[in-house]
This record gives sequence, C-alpha cells and structure tokens, in this order.
Amino acid sequence: MDFRDSPEEASFRARLRDWLGDNLPAGWAERAPRAGRSDLAEALAWSRKLYEAGYAGLTWPKRYGGGGAPYTFQAILLEELARAEAPDHVNVIGLGMAGPTLMAHGTEAQKSRHLEPILSGEQIFCQGFSEPGAGSDLASLRTRAVRDGDGFVLDGQKVWSSFAHVAHWCILLARTNPEAAKHRGLTFFLVDMHAPGVEVRPLRQLTGDPEFNEIFLTGVRVPAEQVVGEVDGGWAVAMTTLLHERGTLGFALTGRLEVLLRKLVALARTPDGSGVRPADDPLVRDRIARQWVELQGLRFTNYRALTSLARTGVPGPEGSVAKLHWSESNQRLTKLALELLGPEAQLDGDGAVWNGYWQYQQLRSRGNTIEAGTSEVLRNIIAERVLGLPRSR
Amino acid sequence: MDFAFSEEQEMLRESARDFLATRYPLERVAELADGEPGWDPSSWGRLADLGWLGLSVAEDHGGAGATLVEEAVLFEETGRALYPGPFLATVGLALPALEAAAKTVPQALSAVLAGERSATLAWAEPDGPRTIAEAGSAACAATRDGDGWRLTGTKRLVPDVAAAGAVVVVARAEAPGDRQREPAPGAGARAADSVAGVGLWLVDLPAERAVVVPRSTMDTTRRLGDLVLDAAPATLLVPPGEAAPVLAATRLRALAAVACEAVGVTERALRFATEYAGQREQFGRPVGSYQAVSHRITDAYVAGELARSLAYWAAWSVASDEEQAPVACAAAKSAAGEAAVLAAESAIQCMGGIGFTWDHPLHRLYKRAQWIDAFEGHGAAHRRELAAALLDG
Repeated sequence: MDFRDSPEEASFRARLRDWLGDNLPAGWAERAPRAGRSDLAEALAWSRKLYEAGYAGLTWPKRYGGGGAPYTFQAILLEELARAEAPDHVNVIGLGMAGPTLMAHGTEAQKSRHLEPILSGEQIFCQGFSEPGAGSDLASLRTRAVRDGDGFVLDGQKVWSSFAHVAHWCILLARTNPEAAKHRGLTFFLVDMHAPGVEVRPLRQLTGDPEFNEIFLTGVRVPAEQVVGEVDGGWAVAMTTLLHERGTLGFALTGRLEVLLRKLVALARTPDGSGVRPADDPLVRDRIARQWVELQGLRFTNYRALTSLARTGVPGPEGSVAKLHWSESNQRLTKLALELLGPEAQLDGDGAVWNGYWQYQQLRSRGNTIEAGTSEVLRNIIAERVLGLPRSR
Repeated sequence: MDFAFSEEQEMLRESARDFLATRYPLERVAELADGEPGWDPSSWGRLADLGWLGLSVAEDHGGAGATLVEEAVLFEETGRALYPGPFLATVGLALPALEAAAKTVPQALSAVLAGERSATLAWAEPDGPRTIAEAGSAACAATRDGDGWRLTGTKRLVPDVAAAGAVVVVARAEAPGDRQREPAPGAGARAADSVAGVGLWLVDLPAERAVVVPRSTMDTTRRLGDLVLDAAPATLLVPPGEAAPVLAATRLRALAAVACEAVGVTERALRFATEYAGQREQFGRPVGSYQAVSHRITDAYVAGELARSLAYWAAWSVASDEEQAPVACAAAKSAAGEAAVLAAESAIQCMGGIGFTWDHPLHRLYKRAQWIDAFEGHGAAHRRELAAALLDG
C-alpha cells in the first residue's frame, strides 16, 4: 500500500503539468467553463493536441495506437486535466466507451477501421442507447433493425445523445428479434451518422445549453460488418460499454469536484458587503469540512477501484459506488455555493458573482444523478450485485 | 500508487478472522459482555503468541517492526468480531508511551510484548481535559518521592481500565512552590504553561493508593472507568515537558485505529442486514427486494466504503509519517464513526423487531459504533479541525 506516486508516475505527472501549462487555451481557467457548442472548434483543436502529445488512449494497447500505459497513468491524466479545468475531449464516448467495447468484442476489421481514428479524433463517436420509452429499463428499447440482404435496416428514435451533432459514428442498440425475451433480441451496431435517414436534433437542457440531442433513424441501412458481437447478442456488448462508462470516469469526476471545492473555499473566505465571511459561520464550516471529507473518500475509493481494475482488467463495483456518491456530493456542494451567495444567488449573468458560474454548476449538477445510470439504478446494482440482495423486480 | 494490502497483510487478516471467529463468535462475546470481568483474560497470551501486541514496535525494542498498516488489518478484524479485551487500549493507546520509554523502562514494554500485561491510557479528568487533544491541560499531580514518583488526582473515561494491568497516566510534575503559579489566567498563557510540565507515568495495577472505579458503560465490550490516585506509586515514562509529541502521535494512531475498527463494525452490521433482508419474507417477497429497504442498506454500504478508503488512507499516512496525517485521521475518524452508526441503525431498522432485541448481537455492534463515534469527540469535532485547516490562516 502506497498512496504516493511511484517515480515513474511522478515524472509523468510533472511532464503533464508542464505540458498543460504550455498548451491550455489562453485564459481558459478564467473563463467560466460551460459545456456548449460555442467552443466546438476550440474543443476539436484541444482534442487534436491531446492526441498529438500522446495523451489520447494512454492505456490502450500499442497495437491499437495507444500508449500501453498502466491504468494509474490514465488516472493521473484525468485527475490533472480536471484540476487544470481543461476542456473536455470531444471524443469521450469514443475513447471511454466505443474503443474499449470494440477491443473486447469487435472484429479485427472493425478494430483497424475505428480504433486509431478514435484516438486521432477523426472519428467522433456518440451513443444511441436510451430512447423516449427506454431509459433505466434499457432492454425495453424499441428501435428496430430488420435484416435486409447482407445488412439491416434501422427505424426508431434515440435520445440524450451527447456529441451526436458532431459525431461521425454512433454505437447503437437496436432490436433484431422482437420474439425473443427483451434482453435476448438486441444487437449492437456501429451506425454511420452521415448515412441517409439519420437526423439529429438538439435538445436544450434546463441550463439552457443544448448539450445533447435526439437521433431519428428512418430506413437507415447498416451493413452486416457493422454489427459488434453476435446478432441478438448485443446486451452483453452493451454491458461492457456501460461498465467502462463508470469504470474510468471516477478520476475526472473527483478532479472536477476538487476544483469546485477549491472555489467554494475561496467563495466562503470572501467577505460580503458588510465584511462578514461565510467561512466564519459554524454551520458553513461543518458543511464545507463534510464536503472535503467526502471528496477525499471518493478520491481514495477511486484508487481502490483502480487497483481492482489493474488486477482484473474489468472495472469493479467501486465505480458504481463512486459515481453514486460523487453525483450527490456535487449537488450538495453547488447548492451550498448558492446559499453562500444569499439573495445574490438569483443573478446568473454578466455582473453576477463569477458571471453565473455557480448557477450553471448548480443547475447542471441535477443531471448528474440521472446520466450514466440514475442513482436509483446504481443503488439497485449495488444492492443486487455487491450486497447480494434479491432483485427488486 | 498502490491501494491494496500485500499478500502477507491479507494472510494476517485471514488468520485473525479465523482466530476470532473460532474463539469469539458473537454469542461468546455476548456472554462475556454480560458478565464479569467482561472479557476472557486467557486470550491475552494468545494475542502475544499471534504477534499482535508488538506488531508495529521496532525490532530493536523487541517488536516485529511492522507498521500501523498491518495493525489496521487487526483493528478492522477485532472491530468486526467485537473482540472484548484491552487490545485497542494496549496497542492503540498505551504502546507509543511505552515504546518512548523503551530505553529507560524496558521492562514495561517487554511485559506487554510478552503478553504478561495489558495496558491503557488515562488522559481525561473531571474538570480538565476530555480528549487526548486537550491532555496538555491535565491537572493530575506528579511529585517526586525519593527515586520514584507519586501521582495524585482523578482520571476518568479510561478505556478498559478494569481489565488493564497498567495505566499510562498523563500528569503534571510540580516542583515545590509551583502550586502558587497556577492557574495562570488567559487561555493562551494557560495552554503554553500547561504543556510545559506534562509528562507520562506508568501506574501498575493493582497498586496501593490507586482505586479503579468501573463505570456503567453503554458498550459493555469496552468499559470505561475512573482511576482515583492518592499518592499512588508511579514510574516515569516520558519526562515532564516532553509529552506533547508522544500524545500527538498517540492521538493520530488511535484515531486511525478506531476508524479501522469502525470499518469492521460497519461490515458486520451490514452483513446482518443483508442476510436478514434476503430471507425474511413479507407480502410474499423477501423484504430486501423492496427498494425502501435495499436502498437504505445500500446508502450505509456506500458510506462504509468511503469510510474504508479514508481509514486505510489514515493508517497509511500515520505509518508513513505523512504531513497530511492529521487531516487524514480527522476525516477518517469522523466518516468511519458516523458510517458505523448509520450501518448499525440501518440494520436495526431493516431487521424490524428482531434487531431491537437484547438477544440479537446487533445492539452490541451499535453500541461499539457509538463508542467509536464518541471517542475523542464526535464527527463534528473533527470537522471543526478540518474546517480550520481549510478556511483559516
């Protein structure tokens, strides 16, 4: 047991910090980071820089164009990127979900067609799992894929797809066998987002940003070689994807929470108009200390998850624990920030405290307990798969 | 970064779990806890044979030269088993003072290592310190008597004092004429003044002029008592003025130790809850299939996993003498104490009437959880310390 960086890890971290200092977009840290389409060009340029510096696909095997680095390096990368408040990589779904899924279940042809372009950002991926009628109960999805010659024709609708408006490819689940039990009739497809019949419409969130989209599929032809895994065997493939969604994300989330807490501390130490520091209120002090304890707990729970990932190659249940707790801790933190602002909290534009940074963070945090597995589903997963409690249905 | 116990440490855990499960199943613990003297003194020699008593003591001093990380495993397992004996008192609380005196009073340490004697630490006083952190304001008076010393004063809240064969007592040496100088008014002056004369002495029990007064304690597996000293003979361990660093180290070590115990208590309580909820049927279904039940257990599990991460971090930080050790210990103690209470309360609720009976061992875990939560102050006290580190200065 050693919580310190090994000499190799320490030198990787130091080089990374230097690189971030030299390469982050100018003035990035001062701008209130808001996810949105406005900085797409910048985000693309940033993603390209990460690739050229070898930071995309750090842990991917070298034969797929990756860096072949241990998982701890990926953890350091995510942590440092988050601490520096670096822009998101536009291909998070390609790197974190599509890539690992293809490595586990893809054909050699699929791997050579997609893996390197995922790293370079030439192929941006989005995800087509959820549907208007299939959210937490994903297996009830209704998008149909009907065999037609040596391919399939897809019809249906997908929703909550981040990056769909810029994506070249979509990892998509569709029903190939309506007769089979609901988990057994699904197939995992790679869908070309520029194929005829694919239409993307933005969806505006309660923050006002159109961060994600609806995808409409009307008679979309998908060749058979774009099936991942077995026909009707898509559920197992999708589970790999979802496991990776939660498995590698923890360090980025904790890094972001660390940044928020640092800002919260700065906010609490700033005297208000009458010279009173929120940081002198014992209740505020207790809540901030609690947030710090939770942050450290999450951080080291991530380390434990990393150890189990490094040993087995498969993310363990700690990922669900960390995501569940992070999302709720993040909501508490951002709400506390608004409380510290008092009546000012309603002002969210130019001239507001930090130009509306906290208002955006607080509103955005409400999505955290819904996206990537609702808190209710995560509790079911932990109850059933970790604690061995009976199924809740 | 490596967040895993080594193979040797895991073997230690396994053997500890075996030993405790065989000799002290919870039914046996309950029997001991409901009777006198409240533990099985014949176990003490076995603990010495197993190498538990000198695990972290330097090899030069007759120990095994391991660290608090190895002991963390034992604290977790003895917590999980609710081992009723002065293990925490001896290893967690008394050892640092005994080892500090390894050169001057070697027989005190070697008697403990040989399993001939258990020990505890007495810091609290009726109108003086309540916590180890405040022990510098002790008023218990140490006076020279020829080559030796005599102690006069009352100590309270002494863990396992009725079981212990010796007590490390925090006291103040008074040279003739010192009395007139006390007390210096003004908190600052008082504190500085206080630490100056404070040292640590060993009182062997039973001793003439030393009376142990057992106090009825909620957790009967770890009873508190008063120690009334009226010119009781004592051996100097740590000279007046030099106790502060030893007490500070003892405190951190004890906080990490009880945090690890709490992790064991949490796991055991949740095991009762999940086993029961998986089998007990109401309305034709196991009660654990109801999310109102399973999610409650899950929340306690999540709190427990974060606490586990923090407890191991704290133990490692103390063992490696990291600068962050004080905040790690404060975080771990507050989180782990509260998680254990939450787990026990959740288990009591999920088990319905059964968990509320005297016959079921759950209440004993609950009471231990509360003992830990109260030790050295509840969670809020430790968060006060963390808030000061985060928000002031």
